Amino acid sequence: MIRYLIRRLLWAVVLFIAVTFVTYVIFFLVPANPARIAAGQSATPERIREVEKFLGLDQPVYVQYFKFLKRLVTEGSLGFSFTTRQSVNEQIFEAAPVTASVVFGAMIIVLSIAIPLGIFSALRPRSVLDRVSMVYVLIGISLPSFWIGLVLSYFIGFKLGLTPLSGYCEVVSVPEASVCGGLVDWAYHLVLPCVTLAIVVAGTYVRFVRAEVMETMSMDFVRTARAKGAPERTVIRTHVLRNAMLPVVTMVGMDIGILLGGSIFIEAVFGLPGLGGLAYKSVQTFDLPTLQGVVIFGAVAIIVFSLVVDLLYAWIDPRIRLT
Amino acid sequence: MAEPLLDVRDLRTEFHTDDGVVKAVDGVSFTVAPGQVLGIVGESGSGKSVTCLTVMGLNDPKFAKSSGEVLFRGEDLLKASSSRLRDIRGNEIAMIFQDPMTSLNPVHKIGRQLAEAVKLHKDVSTKQAYARALELLKAVGIPRAERRIDDYPHQFSGGMRQRVMIAMALVNDPDLIVADEPTTALDVTTQAQILALIKRLQEDFGSAVIMITHDLGVVAETADDVIVMYAARIAERGPVRAIFNEPRHPYTWGLMGSLPRLDVNVERLYQIPGQPPSLLNPPVGCRFHPRCAFAMPVCREREPVLAVAAHDPTHEQACHLDEETKAREAATLVASLTAGAGA
Repeated sequence: MIRYLIRRLLWAVVLFIAVTFVTYVIFFLVPANPARIAAGQSATPERIREVEKFLGLDQPVYVQYFKFLKRLVTEGSLGFSFTTRQSVNEQIFEAAPVTASVVFGAMIIVLSIAIPLGIFSALRPRSVLDRVSMVYVLIGISLPSFWIGLVLSYFIGFKLGLTPLSGYCEVVSVPEASVCGGLVDWAYHLVLPCVTLAIVVAGTYVRFVRAEVMETMSMDFVRTARAKGAPERTVIRTHVLRNAMLPVVTMVGMDIGILLGGSIFIEAVFGLPGLGGLAYKSVQTFDLPTLQGVVIFGAVAIIVFSLVVDLLYAWIDPRIRLT
Repeated sequence: MAEPLLDVRDLRTEFHTDDGVVKAVDGVSFTVAPGQVLGIVGESGSGKSVTCLTVMGLNDPKFAKSSGEVLFRGEDLLKASSSRLRDIRGNEIAMIFQDPMTSLNPVHKIGRQLAEAVKLHKDVSTKQAYARALELLKAVGIPRAERRIDDYPHQFSGGMRQRVMIAMALVNDPDLIVADEPTTALDVTTQAQILALIKRLQEDFGSAVIMITHDLGVVAETADDVIVMYAARIAERGPVRAIFNEPRHPYTWGLMGSLPRLDVNVERLYQIPGQPPSLLNPPVGCRFHPRCAFAMPVCREREPVLAVAAHDPTHEQACHLDEETKAREAATLVASLTAGAGA
């Protein structure tokens, strides 16, 4: 177990270096000068060169990369934004909770829709409920998230006035100038973004749960359970579900990791200051440190959640041992 | 003969598939007396497994339709409610399946799976259920059963898992055990152990057993009576001695002739020519006639009925051949089979 964790951590380091290096290289392959943008439109060539020197852009890529790694390891700092000179750590620290709120909120909704719906569809294939849920799945998979977001925002937020149109409220450490704050306001502002993301994601999950449950239902041990005289409810609950949920656990873990990297469309539609928006802004302004910060956060999120998935998996499925 | 425990009358089971109706069991009747071991032999797809799944009420009701009567102590199981069937399953009639590797739930400890079977039918505490489970694990010969009760199925070998399945079948002391090819998935030495175990426990517990198999050797070792099934119907039926000493159906001859033997060197084993017929569209007349060396014109036209053999009232067979030919062919075959072994 300990050895397993150590090996996983070593892999994480390798993955981390690969991800950050690729981000660096891609960034420098793009023919644009971040110093020019940072210095402003009317800057003179001398001024731009000064900015280049200040930001360290005059040095070769590998030197810059090495400096970035050194600062990260020794100071735990992701550096400072090229454009705003704000600490990247701080920016991520502000944006990550926003994205995390949306992602976890959405995941809870996804699972509470997809698990029952998937199970019922699997138990009654071709029934009305199954067909309705398949139509829903098709809608969820086909429609883009920003469209669903805008439609919901228009009808529920604007026409019915049930939810705020956009914005985010802090739960703790509410800024003084802010108009809202606290748990209730926070949840109130997150309803629509979470629902929107959930609608998009849940479709795939309904299909997936349905397929897994159907497959498990045809297993020999399910027949054994019936031959024991177990009522159908018990068969489903104690014999089908746990086996069917194994792959779902994997998918949830991986998706949380991926979504934590930021969902640009949802954040844009609902004006949420999350990681997606931060990444988008930093790409536009060639703000390498900020972009790098978001990429690293996303990579770490995926690494952490895939580890969590593996640990959970070993806990649920006795056949798997972490060695 | 004593009051039968199980009396199956004119059982028919059809499956509705996209290609048409498959008559998997087509007019099968038999009885099982208390404590009796009935062997059902046949090729894959002859309807032997479906017969038993129908008796257990385990066919998928969406696709399978059954008619006839399955009288268990006089109660028709085909007409029983699903809750009544659940009371009987695992309690009065238990089943052992073919593949022990997949028949146990991989995520639950075997103790829990056994105890579940007890608690479904008996109003006992969890502790008592586990005690009963442990008792059975010992009875089926699981070494260090006290420790292994907390193991998961993947920690057992195939033979040990089949022992667990047998323990699970016996845990509520059933009157009838349906064993669907219980040794097919096991290696030969394990097969012998499992068969001996089933035989011993059957005697200890006094349960009746329906032993489904494609292996005549298994039948010879365990069964009192034998049914030979071919293409969803009964070809021949009788006491095990009668079937082995005086087989009366060309299909049975084929099965016996194709047994491998240690005492005779042959280039190739005998095989029954052709394939088992499709049950979507079975042959007209005798279903075995396309593969039968003795086929006569009448075999292509009229289906033979199961009739009592002239020489033995307990022996029934469905074949148009005259008694004289049958007796002669059977004698020749048995003589050739016992020539080496009997010497």
